[in-house]
Amino acid sequence: MMLEVKDLNVYYGAIHALKGLNFHLDKGEIVTLIGANGAGKSTTLNTISGILRARSGQITFMDKEITRTEPQDIVRMGIVQVPEGRKIFATLSVLENLEMGAFLNNDKESIQKDLDAVLQRFPRLRERRRQFGGTLSGGEQQMLAIARGLMSHPSLLLLDEPSMGLSPILVEQIFEIIRDINAQGTSILLVEQNAQMALSIADRGYVLETGRVVLEGPAHELLHEPMVVEAYLGGHG
Amino acid sequence: MNSTKAVSPTPSFIEMLVRRRVLRTFFLVFLVAVVVWRIGTALWANPTLFLQQVIDGLRLGFVYALIALGYTMVYGIVRLINFAHGDVFMIGAFMSYLAIARVQLHLWPTKVFPGISPVLASGIGSITVILLSMAVCALAAITIERVAYKPLRSAPRISALITAIGVSFFLEYFGALDFVFTPNFITYKRPFDVTTWVFGSGGVQALVPGQAIPENTVTFSNISIIIVIATIFLLVVLQYIVTQTKIGKAMRATAYDQQTARLMGINVNGIISVTFAIGAGLAGAAGMLYAIAFPQVTFLMGVLPGLKAFVAAVLGGIGSIPGAFVGALIMGQAEVLSAAYISTPMRDAIAFTILIVVLLVRPTGIFGEAQREKA
Repeated sequence: MMLEVKDLNVYYGAIHALKGLNFHLDKGEIVTLIGANGAGKSTTLNTISGILRARSGQITFMDKEITRTEPQDIVRMGIVQVPEGRKIFATLSVLENLEMGAFLNNDKESIQKDLDAVLQRFPRLRERRRQFGGTLSGGEQQMLAIARGLMSHPSLLLLDEPSMGLSPILVEQIFEIIRDINAQGTSILLVEQNAQMALSIADRGYVLETGRVVLEGPAHELLHEPMVVEAYLGGHG
Repeated sequence: MNSTKAVSPTPSFIEMLVRRRVLRTFFLVFLVAVVVWRIGTALWANPTLFLQQVIDGLRLGFVYALIALGYTMVYGIVRLINFAHGDVFMIGAFMSYLAIARVQLHLWPTKVFPGISPVLASGIGSITVILLSMAVCALAAITIERVAYKPLRSAPRISALITAIGVSFFLEYFGALDFVFTPNFITYKRPFDVTTWVFGSGGVQALVPGQAIPENTVTFSNISIIIVIATIFLLVVLQYIVTQTKIGKAMRATAYDQQTARLMGINVNGIISVTFAIGAGLAGAAGMLYAIAFPQVTFLMGVLPGLKAFVAAVLGGIGSIPGAFVGALIMGQAEVLSAAYISTPMRDAIAFTILIVVLLVRPTGIFGEAQREKA
C-alpha cells in the first residue's frame, strides 16, 4: 500500500468534518474520492498535505507515518497537491509559478530539465511563459497548476477538482493528461464532483458522505451502482 | 401640500453635494489647486531657494523610502502594520552610534592597514558600521516576529495590530533604560567628515568651514550624496532579491497565497522571517543614514520617521514596493516644502494630513491593488 488513511478524524473548530475516514491507494493506481459539496473531499487532501491537522487517526505513506508531518516535508517525500480552484500565483509569471513548484529542488540543472519536460508536455504554457499567471484562461491555469505540481517529481499527485469550471472539451483534455501522467508512473488521488469522468479513468473509487466512506469498489462497478447513479450520475443513467 | 419631496427625481443641490463623489472630487481639485499655486509662486519668487528645498526633501524622502519598504513588505506578506518598525529604525541608529562612539568600529581599516588612503578607510569603515546596524536590526525583527507576532498569526488582525503597538512602546522604553541605550538625547558622531559644496553661477565649489553661504546658490553635502547612493544601491539589491532569487519569488508567492505556498513545499515561516529581516535591515540602514543627516539620537527618534514612512507606504499603496518608494519621495517633498512655505510646525502635520486625504480619496494608494481578501 502506498497511502493508507485509517480512522481519520478532522475538525474545523466544533465541526466534525471527517468522521473516521478509511481508504487506501496502491502504487500506480488512480483512486477517486467522489461526493457532494461538504462531504470532506478537500479536507481529506489538505490533511494528507499537512495543511490541516487530524485530531485522531493515522496517515501512512510508503510505510512511514505522516499524520503530523510538516507540509514541506510531505512535498519532499513525494506527495504534491494540485489544489481546488487551481490557486495559480497570479502575480508571478508562468515560469515563476513553475519554479515555485520546484521550490525544494536546489539543483538548477535538474530544474531546467524538468522545466523543459513540462513545457514540452504543455506547449500552451511555453507560449505564455512570460505572462502573469493571472492572465491565463481557466483551462491554461489548470494546466499550469498540474505542471507546477509535476515540477517536484511527485510519486503521488493529489488532484482537487481539476475539472471545475472548465468546458467539456477542456475537461476531456485535462483527464487525458491525468491518464498520461499516471501511465508514466505517478499514482493519483483524484477528488471530483464530476463522478462520471472521475470513475471513467479511475481504477477504484470511494464515495464520501458527510466525512465517511459510504461505498467503495472498482470504478467500473461504481459507475453502475444504483446509489451512485442516483446521487451523482444524474439519475436514471 | 403632498409629501413627494423624498422621491423627487431631480435631487436638490444639497443632496448632490452630500453624495460623496462630488464633495470628494471638489475637495481634491481644491487641494491640488492650492498646492500647485503655492509651489508655483514659491518657484517664481526664489528659484534657488526652492531648488534647495527640493534637494533637502529628496534626501529625507530617500531615508523614508528605506523605512517604508519594511512596512509595505511586511504588510504584503502577513497583512500586519508593524508599528514597531520605526523603533527598529531607532535601534539601527543607536547601534551605529555605539559602534562608532564606543568601539570606533569605523576606524578599523586604518588600524588594520595603516597605509590605507583616508577616503577608502572611512568608506570601508562606514560600510562596516551600516552592515552591523542592518544585521542587528534584522535579528531584532526576527526575534520580535517569533515572540510577538507569530503566535497571533491566526488571531484576529486587530490583536496583532495592538501587539505591534505594544512592541513599539516596549522597544522605546526598554531602549530608554540606562543599561540599554539611554534616556537622553545624544549627539551623533559621524563616521566621516562633512564636506559641503556650493552650486551657483560660479560653478560648484567646496565650502570652507566657517564661510558664509553666498547668495543665490544651492548647497549640498556629501551626506546627501551618500544617502541617495546608499538608498539606490539597497533598492537595486532589494529589487534583485524580490524578482530574481528563489527566496524573493517565494516571498511574492507567499504574499499572494500562503496556503498554496505551503503546498509547494515553501517554508512559509522561514519566508516570513526573511521578509521581516530584510525590512528591518533596510530600516537599520535608514537609522544610520538619518542619524548622519540629523546628528542626534534618542529612544523616541523612531516614532515620527516611522509614522511618516507608514504614511508613505499607504500613499504609495501598501503592499507595493514601487509604491513605497514613490510615496516616500512625495512625503519627503511635502514635509520640506510645507516647513519652508507654510510654517515649520506644519512639517509633521502635513504627513497626517496626507494620510487622511489618501484614506478619504484613494484608500488603495497610488499603486494599490483593489483589496484582495482571501478566505
